[in-house]
Amino acid sequence: MTRIRFQQSLEELKEQLLVMAGLAEQSIQRAIEAYRVRDLSICDLVNRSELAINRLEREIDQAALDLLAMEQPMAIDLRFILSVIKINADLERVGDAAKSISDRVRSMEQMPQADLPVDIPRMAELATEMVRKSLQSFIEGDAELARSILTMDDAVDAMNRAAYKALTKVMEEQSHLAPQALNALMISRALERVADHATNIAEDVIFWVQGADVRHHKSLKTAPDPHTME
Amino acid sequence: MGVSIEVANLNAWYGTNHTLQDIDLNIPANHATALIGPSGCGKSTFVRCLNRMHETNPIARVTGTVLIGGLDIYADAKPVEIRRRVGMVFQRPNPFPTMSIYDNVAAGLKLNGYSNHHVLDEIVEKSLKNSALWEEVKDDLKKKSGASLSGGQQQRLCIARALAVDPEVLLMDEPASALDPVSTSKIEDLIFQLKSQYTIVIVTHNMQQAARVAEKTGFFLNGRMVEFDSTHKIFTNPSDKRTEDYITGRFG
Repeated sequence: MTRIRFQQSLEELKEQLLVMAGLAEQSIQRAIEAYRVRDLSICDLVNRSELAINRLEREIDQAALDLLAMEQPMAIDLRFILSVIKINADLERVGDAAKSISDRVRSMEQMPQADLPVDIPRMAELATEMVRKSLQSFIEGDAELARSILTMDDAVDAMNRAAYKALTKVMEEQSHLAPQALNALMISRALERVADHATNIAEDVIFWVQGADVRHHKSLKTAPDPHTME
Repeated sequence: MGVSIEVANLNAWYGTNHTLQDIDLNIPANHATALIGPSGCGKSTFVRCLNRMHETNPIARVTGTVLIGGLDIYADAKPVEIRRRVGMVFQRPNPFPTMSIYDNVAAGLKLNGYSNHHVLDEIVEKSLKNSALWEEVKDDLKKKSGASLSGGQQQRLCIARALAVDPEVLLMDEPASALDPVSTSKIEDLIFQLKSQYTIVIVTHNMQQAARVAEKTGFFLNGRMVEFDSTHKIFTNPSDKRTEDYITGRFG
């Protein structure tokens, strides 16, 4: 084995990203818990985590940039660093989504509870499971586990569409519940984005481990050629 | 114009040392092809087999077929003719030290019977322009010796000398390893320009250089060609674990 220092640096980069992943995962779980029990003290924790996540995002990007500049990585090492940079951005967005949910919980404090036709806890369960599995696939470098996550996104998308339909109907027919419905809609949208970020992370793990770009594989078949578009 | 190189079942020896084993390889015309691998892997021996320089060593031996533009260089041609068609640039620039810049470039032409001064002037100028040296030396062509130039200029002078005899293939054995970064980037830019007119095969230890200048890359290990593919594939997602281990620095 040569380039021992470089290999150590890659391990350190991975550990930094795992710290970031831990914070992002915890943040989204806390935001959901804050929604479930309507506890603003948990929202404060989410806000603090978001600041820490933002700080870590910059540190990880800088470390990755340094390795690209100093070590000129190739092949699997190059793919790893590229994936870290992209996963880093996705985790930061997961932190943003947690903050967005926590902000909605705060705004709901003064509103009366409403029984809305949307299963936020179930959606949250699916989205956080996707985050957890995508991070597990990153820790273990398991492309098969990562592939299993890609299909889960469809279920969350479908739940978000159903929530949109049901909640806009509430807003039309029961205008006194419009503020609560709007909050629930925004939380549903944030969870749908969390699932999208988990999907992105899974795609990046597949790219790192197997060198395969599986992004947009369905829509690419009918996509116009950007180089010939007017 | 450049021509393709087809190598089949090529084996080479130094004495009893079997330095190249069963090499099969098609090098496309008018492209730059990089050969990488650890020291002693056989990549330099391989390029020396492409212009029959390997056999200049009395204990060396070659078997197999090398077709350059369809010509079987070990069956149908003399070494001198092959070396006119297949130019070579070495690691350390080797201009003729006592000759002027002009005579360095014209040496190969004179050896091939050229004597008309107008023709020689024209070819020397064209070759120096093609090697991106003309602007730097045009006022001192006959005043200064080849050895008076900087290392990077000397290497471009050697490239001009190789181009003067109008080769189809240009072999480069670590052409920039003795040069500073500025001279190296001039040589790389030059390779990029020249490959539209010549088939270029470059041996390099600098993998970033291979990635920058070559469309195809071959990885040699222990006298064998382990993997040959597009440079993009080799450096982002090689098929063979040994290639990946080498280019990521896990051995070598």
